[in-house]
Amino acid sequence: MLVNQIAVFLENRAGRLLSLSKALSDAKIDLVSLNIADTSDFGIVRMITSDNEKAMQALKEAGFVVKENELIGIEVDDVPGGLTKVLEGLASSDIDIEYLYSYAKSNSAKATILVKAADLEKANKTLKELKFI
Amino acid sequence: MFNEKIEKMSRSEMENLQSDRLVDVVKRVYDNVKYYRNKMDAIKLKPSDIKSIKDISKLPYTTKQDLRDNYPFGTFAVPKKDIIRVHASSGTTGKLTVVGYTKRDIDDWAECTARALSMAGCTNEDVVHISYGYGLFTGGLGIHYGAEKLGAMTVPVSTGNTMRQITLLKDFEASTICCTPSYAMFIAEELQKLNIPVSELNLKRGIFGAEPWSIEMKNKIEKLLNIEAFDIYGLSEISGPGVSMSCGDEFGLHVMEDFFYPEIIDVDTLEPLEDLQSGELVFTTLNKQGIPLLRYRTRDISALDHSECKHCKRTLVRMKRVCGRSDDMLIIRGVNVFPSQIETVLMNIPEVIGSHYKIFVDRAGFLDTMEIQVEISENNVTDEVKSIENIRHRVEHDMQSMLGIAAKITLVSPNSLPLSEGKTARIVDRRKI
Repeated sequence: MLVNQIAVFLENRAGRLLSLSKALSDAKIDLVSLNIADTSDFGIVRMITSDNEKAMQALKEAGFVVKENELIGIEVDDVPGGLTKVLEGLASSDIDIEYLYSYAKSNSAKATILVKAADLEKANKTLKELKFI
Repeated sequence: MFNEKIEKMSRSEMENLQSDRLVDVVKRVYDNVKYYRNKMDAIKLKPSDIKSIKDISKLPYTTKQDLRDNYPFGTFAVPKKDIIRVHASSGTTGKLTVVGYTKRDIDDWAECTARALSMAGCTNEDVVHISYGYGLFTGGLGIHYGAEKLGAMTVPVSTGNTMRQITLLKDFEASTICCTPSYAMFIAEELQKLNIPVSELNLKRGIFGAEPWSIEMKNKIEKLLNIEAFDIYGLSEISGPGVSMSCGDEFGLHVMEDFFYPEIIDVDTLEPLEDLQSGELVFTTLNKQGIPLLRYRTRDISALDHSECKHCKRTLVRMKRVCGRSDDMLIIRGVNVFPSQIETVLMNIPEVIGSHYKIFVDRAGFLDTMEIQVEISENNVTDEVKSIENIRHRVEHDMQSMLGIAAKITLVSPNSLPLSEGKTARIVDRRKI
């Protein structure tokens, strides 16, 4: 399945992440999953939220620049080896991964792996053929 | 042309006029200003030694520090009762410098700004919207008197309250806007944010000055506001805006040389330089009564061209548009860097917002460091580190080729380094030397 993610550019400055988090909590938005890519000068906060549209609105009003894009979400059994199987599948089909993160709900036996592939269509097709999604 | 007799005067006639006025002003300052009398006595120079404009290089220089030392009225050449107005400019350090104008000085200044507006194509049919500050700063009132002298409908808006400025620009159908270039950019950006197309305005031209700006910034403003942008130059010590003005010619601005005699000098040797050679701009006020200045060092870097202007046929000498000040110039690891060079690089990279930047200079141990913060443009914010790093590398690379030294580039969020309504502060020098 395709999952919508929102991404925010943050320069390295004290309190930036806090004000992002506040903007979301004030709008009563739940974070499903959060990932931060950091460099020495800036970070990119990527997240899946309970309501992306509302989240984007709230962040924009707080002065953040927000971008939305699609990831591939792969549901796997939350057991050792769950991720390895997916990666093997992607590697054998020569699909480049830009980045990857995941989320798992505490009361579920399943976890979701979120993949940003260089070629989204090709990855989507391959994963379907391999019956991962 | 507002004053064709002067603006197209032959070189020899102009030199005669300048010579008469120089002889007169030197005599006046020697007789009336203790500071100049002391300075001339010290080098055994008598007013009678100055016989023509060719003798100007015998005269001593004047600096901003001299004005500060004689604060407030020590360099005035007339009694206080003859002064009808004062202006003052604030330095970042130290005292204000104060300038005083007699009735004739104000009239001469209005003549200069009227010529300047006319040079940009303004007539009494125009509506001139003035967003320079009114007050001690010379920008607002200086252009104001010229616009009135020209007979234009003059709108004295002054600075601030951008929403109201936009409303007035629209409702009064202003054809001409006068402000700092960074404020023009600010207005252009506000128009975009408010989704107001420039076609709803009647603007034809902008007259911009009071801070150095790059050609790239000029092109951008012209495009965004759909106007022709003109440079106006001036400084309060010499009178204010209208000391020189662009006619649209590429080389530079016509100096009102019947009032202000320009020279270019070598910053190190202080020797006068030839036409087209680059150095510090120096002015002698030839007709001023309130506070006449001899060979005042502006700190602005320029060059002169005495040949007739191909663009407008005026004979008034042209000065190259000022791209930096000798005291704005940063010396980083021994290399001279002008903020306008940095702006040029940034304006040429579409992935960043080239007018929104800030320069930080510091020293780590014995080594100077320079960091340039610039806003990434909204369209280029993505979820991937790689693409943002690519933009940063490109800026870093282009900056290195322009400046010859490396600068650390930091990309920051859109709208985190906003332009201000007056002059935008661009440089933070944290070095303690």
